Amino acid sequence: MVEAKAVEFWRWPETAWVNPDIDWSKGKIITTGVDVGSVSSQAVVMVGGELYAYSNTRTGSDSPESAWKCLNMALEKTDMTADNLDYCIGTGYGRVNVPMAQQTITEIACHARGANFMYGPEVRTVMDMGGQDCKAIRCDDRGKVMKFMMNDKCAAGTGRGMEVFADLIRVPVWEIGPRSFEVKEEPPMISSTCVVFAKTEVVGLLQEGVPENDIIAAYCAAMAHRITELLNRLGIEEKFAITGGIAKNVGVVKRLEKELGVTTVEAVWHKAEMRAKELPFDTQIAGAIGAALFGAALLERGRVKSARKA
Amino acid sequence: MIVAGIDVGGKNIHTVIMKNGDILAKAEAPSGIKKGEAAEQLYNETLKQAKLKREDVARVVATGSAAQRVAFADGVIPDATADARGVIRLVPSARTIIDVGGEEGRAIKISPEGKVMDFAINEKCAAGTGTFVDTMARALEMPVEEMAKLSLQSTRSIPMNAQCAVFGESEVVGLIHQKTSKQDISRAVHDAIAGRIASVARIVGLEDDIVMIGGVAKNVGFVESLKRDIGADVVVPNDPDFIGAFGAAAAAAAGVVEEKVEAKVVEKETIEEGK
Repeated sequence: MVEAKAVEFWRWPETAWVNPDIDWSKGKIITTGVDVGSVSSQAVVMVGGELYAYSNTRTGSDSPESAWKCLNMALEKTDMTADNLDYCIGTGYGRVNVPMAQQTITEIACHARGANFMYGPEVRTVMDMGGQDCKAIRCDDRGKVMKFMMNDKCAAGTGRGMEVFADLIRVPVWEIGPRSFEVKEEPPMISSTCVVFAKTEVVGLLQEGVPENDIIAAYCAAMAHRITELLNRLGIEEKFAITGGIAKNVGVVKRLEKELGVTTVEAVWHKAEMRAKELPFDTQIAGAIGAALFGAALLERGRVKSARKA
Repeated sequence: MIVAGIDVGGKNIHTVIMKNGDILAKAEAPSGIKKGEAAEQLYNETLKQAKLKREDVARVVATGSAAQRVAFADGVIPDATADARGVIRLVPSARTIIDVGGEEGRAIKISPEGKVMDFAINEKCAAGTGTFVDTMARALEMPVEEMAKLSLQSTRSIPMNAQCAVFGESEVVGLIHQKTSKQDISRAVHDAIAGRIASVARIVGLEDDIVMIGGVAKNVGFVESLKRDIGADVVVPNDPDFIGAFGAAAAAAAGVVEEKVEAKVVEKETIEEGK
């Protein structure tokens, strides 16, 4: 008998993209942001204020290694090397271990700045749903942080909680959102907040014969509820944008909008020309974009010197 | 008079059959998903062990988080009063009870008569429960008993950053990768859960004697960490995981089939305002 290969249902695909319309060698300022999170890492390269390349990868056990893997993946399909970069800013949970960075900036500041660039200056509340924490941020029209609330102590309401659930119910994590709507009626949400207790509750529901999609809907609703608590503490002001991995989970986002009574800004580029060129939009790169933008602003103002080697 | 006590918790069921204050038989089993059926099956086994029939038992009192599922019980009493009734009979000097089971952690302040004076509970977060220890033992790929013993051999304390069982598991894996000794990791795990339990206990106040019961009380590593954290001695009676069932049987013997007690539900503050 052939033993079934262990499937890791949490394992979302890594991606990289390069903007074919940009000739980087003509760019005056080339900056990069490397966001090493607890679960995923992103690198963004910006040339003269425009998005040139990015990658979204899984973080390994070694932060410096993850930072390099991520930057190399972003540069892989370009003819650029790390030596061509003017300035690099590290951000995220592992920001102190980003070896190629000249400076670090907190992920809160970077996400607000990145969301401002991605979703537009009218955004006043940014919800970053990360791998091991979630942060609700209020910001001004330049993406400057006014105040924020965060949970980094409990896995409930984080991407990690969703990965644990996907693995338990054996459904790929990117299918969770769409499948959560394939229900006859909306089931009551999972009552346990704690991810560990929620697992026990889910096992019980499965054994009772509750349909899988109902359980998926119940878990998405619980997650939306958990995030609502955080946003209510902060006080939401529109426009409201979501960044991070969970922003890609329509099952959580739609339920969150319903519970809050607030619509989220559509996940598309704010700038018309970026939309027209159909540049790919990834909610997970907000922090890295923010970091790259901070780097460019520092160079432009002459606050730092270029670290370009070639 | 023959009476029975059944404690149906989130993880395990314990039964005790008593005759005039003496224990005739006791048994334990995992509670599983169908807790009511599991309780009935275990009760039948306990009766068999005591060579008794159902009609020989005058009264059955149930306790525990799933006590309502015990269809054949004459009544249900809260865990806190069952614990108090059980502990005061075994340790008359007890004033504080710390009860840590698979899915709950409780601290109870009792009077010299064994009356519940104050009661705090964590049932929302796995980090202060036996589940936390089980999860970390799995990450260390060893039985809980071994982790408990190794913990006593540790020579240094490493504070765990994670306060969540899910994050804690990753942290333990990280410590293994860093080649931290299993002894030190074991102690770190027990120190972490002891810290959580101690904070629940401090809500009711820690008055001597402090008695530790529940399944986690069998973990010598945890008891050592708890003593260190609270800076006081802790008494662990024999079969600490049977105390709830024993207390329920004691209530049955006293003719008590209903009790109420107000709990302070502890919810860990996980949201922080940023600066």
